[in-house]
This record gives sequence, structure tokens and C-alpha cells, in this order.
Amino acid sequence: MLTIDDINNLARLARIELSEEEKVRLQKDMESILGYVGQITSVKIENASTVPADSAHINIMREDTVTTETGEYTEAVLANAPKREGDYFSVKAIFEDR
Amino acid sequence: MIDLKNLSIKKTHEHLLNKDFSAVELLSAYRENIDERNAKLNAYLEVFDDAIESAKAVDEKIAKEEKISELAGIPIAIKDIILYKGHLATAASKILAGHRAVYDSTVVKKLKLQDIVITGRTNQDEFAHGSSGEHSAYGPTLNPLDETRTPGGSSSGSAATVAAHMSLVALGTDTGGSVRLPASYCGIIGLKPSYGAVSRYGIVAMGSSFDQVGPIGKTVGDVEIIFNAIKGLDAHDSTTRDYEKVVIRHGKKKMKIGIPRSFVGKGVNADVIDRFADAEQKLKALGHEIVDIDLPNISNALAVYYILILAEISTNLARFDGMRFGLHKDGVNGVDEYLKSRGAGFGPEARRRIMLGTYVLSHGYYDAYYNKATAVREIIKQEFKNVFKDVDAFITPTGTSPAPKLGAHSDDPLAEYLLDIFTVSANVAQVCAISIPMGKVNREDTDLPVGLQITAPQFAEDTLFTLGKQFLGEE
Repeated sequence: MLTIDDINNLARLARIELSEEEKVRLQKDMESILGYVGQITSVKIENASTVPADSAHINIMREDTVTTETGEYTEAVLANAPKREGDYFSVKAIFEDR
Repeated sequence: MIDLKNLSIKKTHEHLLNKDFSAVELLSAYRENIDERNAKLNAYLEVFDDAIESAKAVDEKIAKEEKISELAGIPIAIKDIILYKGHLATAASKILAGHRAVYDSTVVKKLKLQDIVITGRTNQDEFAHGSSGEHSAYGPTLNPLDETRTPGGSSSGSAATVAAHMSLVALGTDTGGSVRLPASYCGIIGLKPSYGAVSRYGIVAMGSSFDQVGPIGKTVGDVEIIFNAIKGLDAHDSTTRDYEKVVIRHGKKKMKIGIPRSFVGKGVNADVIDRFADAEQKLKALGHEIVDIDLPNISNALAVYYILILAEISTNLARFDGMRFGLHKDGVNGVDEYLKSRGAGFGPEARRRIMLGTYVLSHGYYDAYYNKATAVREIIKQEFKNVFKDVDAFITPTGTSPAPKLGAHSDDPLAEYLLDIFTVSANVAQVCAISIPMGKVNREDTDLPVGLQITAPQFAEDTLFTLGKQFLGEE
């Protein structure tokens, strides 16, 4: 059973503010969905592997180099920013209240 | 008057070369349909004003008798999740409101090189989370064949634009059925390419081990042409493969086709089963051999899918912070701004999925859910490989029913998840699958289409095109 405390904890981890009404609704919806997908826990498997069998196609590497001109995308990227200061994104300190 | 209902890419190309109509005239004909129907259907979120410039450029090439590609002047609509430089791309989410693409996705880049005309961006379930199109932050799309019903999702607008002749073809994305289910509900054709066939660079990520871009059209031939134009190796997406090196093209006209019989009967409308039985007879009449196959864990594919997809969603959506683009809400500090921006920016379904994903990845449940689902996924992949040693392809219905009524599942998210029961396994096993119309069923005095899903091995798209064209009597 998921409690409202569990919902609060998950919402904090997921960085999502929820209304009290939605928490109650989520409690019900999540129970029902987790009840269904929980069928997976009773599947019997031998030699369980979580590594894809066709592992030939892993770790595709490339040189760690800049492939664009400096400043090529700066204006276009910053044009999307809610707040900017010069060529920087402007954000608040993470924990401090200011 | 251009007969939009019977156009295909090949026919359009001929008409353009013969100067029966110009690319601008063709675009205008689609724009008339858009003006007439889009306000009601809500299929396009935005019609691009600059499409006319692309069309004019094609007409100039034709006037100068320059060689043009088969896709030059072809109108295509793209899902709002696909980046097209300089244009808005919001994944139908408030958290991306006002977000303008800084670069072209690889699929758009490839299509632009062939002088295609991108007509606009289409509505969808927010971040492609849904099977009905009703989870868009900008209102639901209606099914052009019955406006009381959903066109299916998540590529709801892409399917509706093609079905309502508001574009010749469209691009959607398919993570668990989001191209095939709307194709089935709208009576058209939708392809989920093999994982690794098409680059996802410049597509807003949903589930990175599942996502593919897929074409939607009125003929198998059109879907094949678009697939060929967008597929292939891309340095920006390391999951892509050099298609010609991995392709399976056996060239057979008579094939061995499997049916996972025990899986097909459950929870499916009786008249959909009837159409499926007709489809089986039709394939036999075309000379194919039909055999029963057993995929013991296919019934676990939906549970595997939802565990892994929820985990991947909560991970991929962690990047939306309200700081770099889209919606921003002020708070007392950075963490508070995350909480407020994400709480207000994501819609109810995205919030639900992020919460569920956070749960299945959390300490104490990770082994029971995520690791177990990953292991069962490998078993399912192996079962598919074994089955494809014996058969060239297998068939199921695409959906369990025709298009549901709008609002049918609004109080029961699990019921909506279950609509994907037949489609998710192709994404879980990373193989390819197509939905083609297999007939109609009647609901409330309206005939509604239902789709036949054909599934083939990874990189065996050719098998799907061959069977699809035979089944529909194309060419």
C-alpha cells in the first residue's frame, strides 16, 4: 500500500509540486498500475541476465572535440531561456533563500 | 481541383513533372482542407507560414527543368516532438511552451535535403505519453472519421492530418504503439521501424531504449518511400546502424506467417476477431502459409514495457528544469523553482508517469521491478529470435477495438495502457511492425476501421512492405 507519505517522498525526489487532491488521486492510480505491472515479479526466470545478448553494439565512441564554431548557437539557445544575464542562464541558488 | 484522396507520393511526383499542378497549388489544396477542418479536429497545433517558400523553391526548380527528387514538393506534417530549426517544438507540453528548435533533427534534415514541404506541427499526447491524444496540453484531437472518437495516440494529430487529407504524409514517433494505434483507428498505414533504423537525434526523448520515428501515410508505398528517406547511420545517435549492412531482404513473395493464437483471443472485440480471421484467409488466398506460433512471454510484454518506459520517462524528463527553456515559475530558491516549474509545466499524465518511474527506480523496488523487467525483456527478445527462425513475420490485430470514444478512459489510466497490448511487444523486442487497414466494424451506425499488425525481424522492413502491398493490392 502506498501512503500519502510515500507520495510526498516520491514527489520530492521527482521535484514535482502536487496538490493535496492530486496526491489522493495518484495514490489510487499508482496502486492500480503497480498492481498490473507487478505481474512481472512472479515470472520465473533461469539465468537472468540484464545485459543485452547482442552486446556487439555497445560503447560507440567518438573524439571528445568541439564540432561547432564558438558562439554559433549562443543566441538561439539563450533566446529560449526564461531569464538570462549576458551570455549566461540566470538561476537562483539551489538551497539558499534569496 | 486536385484529387487529394487518391494521391500518392509517386503520382504526385508525376503530376509535378507533367505540370498538371504546381507544388504551390498542391500546398494550397491541402491548406483549404486545413482551413475547413482543423479548427474542429485540432490536428495541427501550428501550420507553418514558410511552407509556401519551400513549395515555391520546388516550382522554380521545375520551371528551370532542374532534376528534382521524388519527395520534392511533397507535403508532410511533423509531430510536435520533432525539432525543425527556427520553428516551435513543444511536445504538446506547457513546460516547453515557446520553445523554438535551435537545430534540425536528423529526420528533418534528411527530408529537407530532398526539398520536402513541411506543412506544420501536429498535436499529440504530451511527451507522447498516451494512446488517445487526449493528454495534450492543447486539447484533444478528434478522429476525422467520427468526431466523437479519439484518433488514437500518441501521434494523434499526425494520423488525423493524413486521414483528413490535410497533408499527404506525416511523421510520428512510436515508443509503444504511437504510430500504429492511430493508423489503425484512422484507417491508414503506420510503420514502427526497427530499433536502430532511424535516428532519434532532435526528437524529444521519451523512452530511449524504445523510441523510433515512424511514417504515416495512405499507402504502403508512401510509408516505404519516407522510411527509405529517413533511415540510416547517424553520428548523432549511436544506436543507429548502417542499414544496408544489416538489412534482411529475402525477396520472397510467398511467406510463412505466424499467429500467436492463444494471445490474440483475449480481451479483443468479437468483430475485430472476425476481421482478423478474414485477414488470415486473405493471406492464405495470396499463397502464404499460416502457422500457429508460441511466444510464451508475450503476455508479459506490456508489464515489462510499462516498468521500463516509466523508468526511462522519469529519467529523460529530469532535464526539464524551467531554467533553460519553456515555462518558468518563480520560487524562493532553486529547488523551489524546480518544484513549481515542473509541477505546473507537466500535465497530469506526465506527472503520473514521472511519479511511477521514480517509484520503480527507487531503493528497495529497483530489483523487483526494473531489473526483473530488463531480464524478462531479454527473454522476450530471445523468444522473438527463435520464432523468426521459423516464420518470416507474424500477425495480430493492431488494437483490441476500433477508435474509443473521447473520454472513455479518463478515469482509468490502466485501461488506456491496456490498449497497447498488441503493439508494445515490437518495441520491447526492438523489431519492426506495421499497421494496415483490415476492414471495418460498426459502432453506433458508423463503420470504423481496424488495423492488422504485421511484425517482422529487426531490419526486415522489406517483409512488411511486401506483405502490406500484397494485402492491400497496391501496384
